[in-house]
Amino acid sequence: MTAVAPMTAKEWASDQEVRWCPGCGDYAILKAMLKTLADIGNRPENTVFVSGIGCAARFPYYVASYGFHTIHGRAPAVATGVKLANPELDVWVISGDGDALSIGGNHLLHLLRRNVDVQFLLFNNEIYGLTKGQYSPTSRRGTRSPSTPMGSLENPVSAGAFALGAGARFVARSVDTQQAHLSGVLTRAHRHRGTSFVEIFQNCVVFNDGVFDDFTDKSVATERQLLVEHGKPLLFGKDRSMGLRFNARALTLEVVKPGENGVTEQDILVHDETNRALASMLVALEPPDFPVALGVIYCDPISTYDQDVYAQLESAGAWKSEPDLNQLFRQERTWTVE
Amino acid sequence: MTHIPSAPAGTRPPREARDAVVIRFAGDSGDGMQVTGGQFMVETALAGNDLSTFPDFPAEIRAPTGTTFGVSAFQIHFGSTDVTTAGDELDVLVAMNPAALKMNIRDLRVGGLVIVDTAAFIDRNFVKAGITSNPLDDGSLAPYQVLKLDITRLTMDAVKPFDLSNKEAMRCRNMWALGLMLWMYGRDREATTQWMKKKFAKHEPIAQANEAALNAGHAYGETAEMQDIVPGYTVARASVEPGTYKTVNGTEALAWGLVTGARKAGIKKIFLGAYPITPASALLHTLANLKKYGVITFQAEDEIAAICAAIGASYAGALGITSSSGPGIALKTEALGLAVATELPIIVVNNQRAGPSTGMPTKTEQSDLFQAVYGRNADSPLAVISTATPGDCFETAIEAVRIATRYMTPVMLLTDGYLANAAEPWVLPDLDEIAPFPVEFRTDPEGYHPFLRNPETLARPWALPGTPGLVHRIGGIERNYDSGHISYDPENHEKMTKTRAAKIAGIANDIPEQEVALGEDSGRLAIVGWGSTHGAIHQAVRRAREAGADVSHIHIRYLSPFPRNLGELLKRYDRIVVPEMNNGQLVHMLRDQFLIPAEPLTKVTGKPFKISEIEHAIQACLEGI
Repeated sequence: MTAVAPMTAKEWASDQEVRWCPGCGDYAILKAMLKTLADIGNRPENTVFVSGIGCAARFPYYVASYGFHTIHGRAPAVATGVKLANPELDVWVISGDGDALSIGGNHLLHLLRRNVDVQFLLFNNEIYGLTKGQYSPTSRRGTRSPSTPMGSLENPVSAGAFALGAGARFVARSVDTQQAHLSGVLTRAHRHRGTSFVEIFQNCVVFNDGVFDDFTDKSVATERQLLVEHGKPLLFGKDRSMGLRFNARALTLEVVKPGENGVTEQDILVHDETNRALASMLVALEPPDFPVALGVIYCDPISTYDQDVYAQLESAGAWKSEPDLNQLFRQERTWTVE
Repeated sequence: MTHIPSAPAGTRPPREARDAVVIRFAGDSGDGMQVTGGQFMVETALAGNDLSTFPDFPAEIRAPTGTTFGVSAFQIHFGSTDVTTAGDELDVLVAMNPAALKMNIRDLRVGGLVIVDTAAFIDRNFVKAGITSNPLDDGSLAPYQVLKLDITRLTMDAVKPFDLSNKEAMRCRNMWALGLMLWMYGRDREATTQWMKKKFAKHEPIAQANEAALNAGHAYGETAEMQDIVPGYTVARASVEPGTYKTVNGTEALAWGLVTGARKAGIKKIFLGAYPITPASALLHTLANLKKYGVITFQAEDEIAAICAAIGASYAGALGITSSSGPGIALKTEALGLAVATELPIIVVNNQRAGPSTGMPTKTEQSDLFQAVYGRNADSPLAVISTATPGDCFETAIEAVRIATRYMTPVMLLTDGYLANAAEPWVLPDLDEIAPFPVEFRTDPEGYHPFLRNPETLARPWALPGTPGLVHRIGGIERNYDSGHISYDPENHEKMTKTRAAKIAGIANDIPEQEVALGEDSGRLAIVGWGSTHGAIHQAVRRAREAGADVSHIHIRYLSPFPRNLGELLKRYDRIVVPEMNNGQLVHMLRDQFLIPAEPLTKVTGKPFKISEIEHAIQACLEGI
């Protein structure tokens, strides 16, 4: 048998015409994904993309793998069925903020708590795009939209805090246009066994353009992004001149400058991606007082649901041989009429 | 072994013979009536009678003791003749308390026997049951024979040697009553004794006490001087087809049918996605114990996730199944549309219950037929079949698997709360005689696209993720007939809509033609039913025919599409009457599809039809012609 040549990013693109709006952040995410699939050497026949409804949900059509474009909010449930029927498959769920956190919030909660071994990518653009611009569950309070002409009155849900609260064992974040970072995060997500929750800040150029500029714009990115790495100090800003220190008295993080006011390098927190308490604080950081934490914020694997399901099946003797159904029917009292 | 006193031979009058008997055990939820009835059923089956049982338990898990809404009952109809229902009227009612008497006495035939535990007929229990006078002496039981026994004291005496708490001793009352009933019909106690030893293996005094109570009840019948009321009866063996039998309820038979169907289809993995709901949960519990047979059960977070996971599993090559009752099926509707659109095989079991909304969850109904056939947005046809008897659930489940996999379609399998819980003797099938219908997963990339249709069945290929060379995308968006790619082309949508309809309609060519269950294939009157009304209709038609009436029974298993000859067959009768446990659904479908003046006979009380109700309808009809 000859070895199959790994596919290039270009070969990972399907023959379908991509139909997102020009300038949509989804193009950038697709590009990073195709590169990642090539880098990690996946085989298309073993890769399945499952999506719900929304702009992001068109994603599977554009990847040259198996794909299932399902119904609004239900992709986690479909993906769970796919993974339980065939745990050998590499399953990616593509979702948006409305799909994942509004109509499908329940399914996402349970996917995470069960820890099914799939990658769950949340394309968060803080708006309903495909239905023409209504505010979404992640929209900031006061968002003016066709359904909220005087501004939205709802408090947004924090995707990261939701995921951690639901029991996610892998929570990461990246930005659509930061290709190298995004690809790195996707690679880590793929490597993790269990549900890998990745929030990708994605710009909707038509209905919510620039909503993440306060930390993604080139002019502020350095000051407003904290790129976390396991085992490394939580430093950010120009020349990594700022850092995070734990204020034990207030039970909070605070921004400090090493070298000023007696702050030393030793005072700066070192990122430990297995520390859930730290992860909870990192996902809550918001501009303007804090930078936005990006990268693998939490990763602490435990056994996965699909593994455990198959362990039970195997211990029950499933598929060892073909058990006799006649035995099943006769396991309780029978009688014979001559 | 407890000594069983017996009367000297020859002092008792001989037992009287009975063709068929209906007994109902009724008591408080905590009185163990289901166990009592279940054991009576086993002993009766082993005695060679034909039988049918129906448990009737309250919706409340632990209702306050002694209240009417806490009454739990178990009915058994057994006989030496063909028994097809749990029985119209009771010959014997065992009532463990006033509430049980109040709720069940109306079903006892005039002259029937009611057995009561006098110790429970006290003021406190009358208040709980909401009655103002003692029915044992207010004359209300005058139409019946009443056997007043202090079952409580007799049980206490019997279990005294085992040093149980008062509560534990009281819980042996049901075994005393069972012992008496087993004596009354000349049944063995052996199977029950064995069962108790196993059940209470870790609590030997309790096992011994229950056995002592059982034997004491039996001995009481044997020795007590009550021949004037109860002489003891015999019920001869039924003449049934030779074979090996066991008692089976609809839930077990359905689960085994699904497993057998998957085996016949050559599918290794069976996947059930389900969310707890009464009365459908029993199927989840049953399948959860069949892991050894390749069954994966997934208790989902909601009804929608349950069907979506089944769809995902089917997409990946398992036999996807989901199971619920009406309200849950309603929640699955959008996902059903996805399965219709993506043409994936799944089996949706609807264990119907009384509705709408929460309705009466523990009561039976067959009012989800419209929902099954029509209840989706857009033109989204699927196959619908139904089960007739507990044993028939086995065959119907296999048929559901065959249709789903051969036609790449969702199949709605309609059963109901009655069938799920009712039990009857079942001939163990010869598995080799069931024809296999192996699925062919597509592996050949040559000329492949996901909606390339089999010219005969119009089914698309089942191509599983993991198969090299067949990568493809499917979804809810309309797809091009010739490529499977997404398409908003107007003509293409029309063609796809017609094709989906033609595929389901074509199933009519692949199912048996409609037969007449009993009677001639033309005549003055046909009683046309579906689902669990089968037993009552069958008996009613049989009795009417024995009395010389020109009436036939037609039972429709395949509800969508109908068998291809159904319309032509129905048109050969002068009148068509359709008994249904709903407000008239099949009758509408028959009128609609065949332009015939079919007439409804409806019952929506949450209880199955009585044979007599259908008999009366037959008489009224034939007199009216």
